[in-house]
Amino acid sequence: MSNGTMNGNGKRSFKLMIVDDSNLMRRRIERSQQFEELQLVGTAADGVEALELFKRTDPDVVTMDITMPHMDGIECIARLVAMKPAIRILVVSALADKATAVEAMESGANGFLNKPFTDRQLNEAIAELMR
Amino acid sequence: MLYEQELKTFVEGTTNFFEVAAQQPASIGSPYLMEGSPAVHEYTGVIKISGKREGVVYFTAPKAMLTVLLMKMQENDFSHETMRDLVGEVANTISGNARRDFGRDFVISVPSVLSGEKPEIPQKPGQRSFIIPINWRSHSAKLVVSLA
Repeated sequence: MSNGTMNGNGKRSFKLMIVDDSNLMRRRIERSQQFEELQLVGTAADGVEALELFKRTDPDVVTMDITMPHMDGIECIARLVAMKPAIRILVVSALADKATAVEAMESGANGFLNKPFTDRQLNEAIAELMR
Repeated sequence: MLYEQELKTFVEGTTNFFEVAAQQPASIGSPYLMEGSPAVHEYTGVIKISGKREGVVYFTAPKAMLTVLLMKMQENDFSHETMRDLVGEVANTISGNARRDFGRDFVISVPSVLSGEKPEIPQKPGQRSFIIPINWRSHSAKLVVSLA
C-alpha cells in the first residue's frame, strides 16, 4: 500500500476516492466509513470521471462500484492499478456471483464487499484493505 | 418463462435488502402473475436484463415509503432526485444479487428510473410478469420480474 502523507499532526493520512453511479451510495460510504486517517479527496459517478479525478487527486484508497455507465468498474480498476500499482481498491457491488468477484480481483482489486452492507461490514472491509 | 425457484431468488433478495439496508424486515407476499397494465407506484427503478435471460426487473414504490426508507438510511435529503436514486439502487441491488443464483451471464443494465403517473415500462409484449408484493412499515411496494 502507498505510504500516504504525513499531516500537520504527525499522523499518516490516506486519500480516499469513492466511485459509484448512485449519489446516495457515495454519500453512504462517505458518511459510514470511520477511519480518521482516510481523507476524502473526491467522488465519481463512473469510470471515466474516476480516472479524471485520479489524475487530479492521486488517491491511495478507492471504493469502486462495478455496474456504471460510460466505463464500468472492472475496466476502471485495471487502469488505476496500471497507473498506481500501490493503490488499494475495495469493490462495493450488488453483483453477487463469484465469477465477478474473481474478475475484479484479477483486475487488481484488493477486496470485495457486496451490497447491501451494514456500516460494520463496510468498515471491516476497509480495515482489511488497509492492513 | 420464470420458474418457482427463480422467483424465490428475487424474494430472498428483496428480504435481504430490507433486513440489511433498511434495518427492518419487510413482509414479502406470495408472487402472483400480473394481469393487465404494469403495476406501478410513484417511483420505479428499472433494470434491463440481457444475456442468458432477457427481460426486466423493476422495483416500484410510493414516495411515502421511500421517504421513510431514506430516514432509516440516515439520509436527510428527500428530494425528487434522491427518490429516483433510491428506487434505482434498490432495483440494482436486488437484480445484482440475483446473479448469485443466475450466474454472471445474467447481465444487468444500469438502472433507469421512471416517475409520475402511468410510466411506460420497457417490457416485451406477451412476456409474463410476476409481482412480488412488499409490505414494510405499513407501506406497500412491488418488485416485478419479467424474464423470458
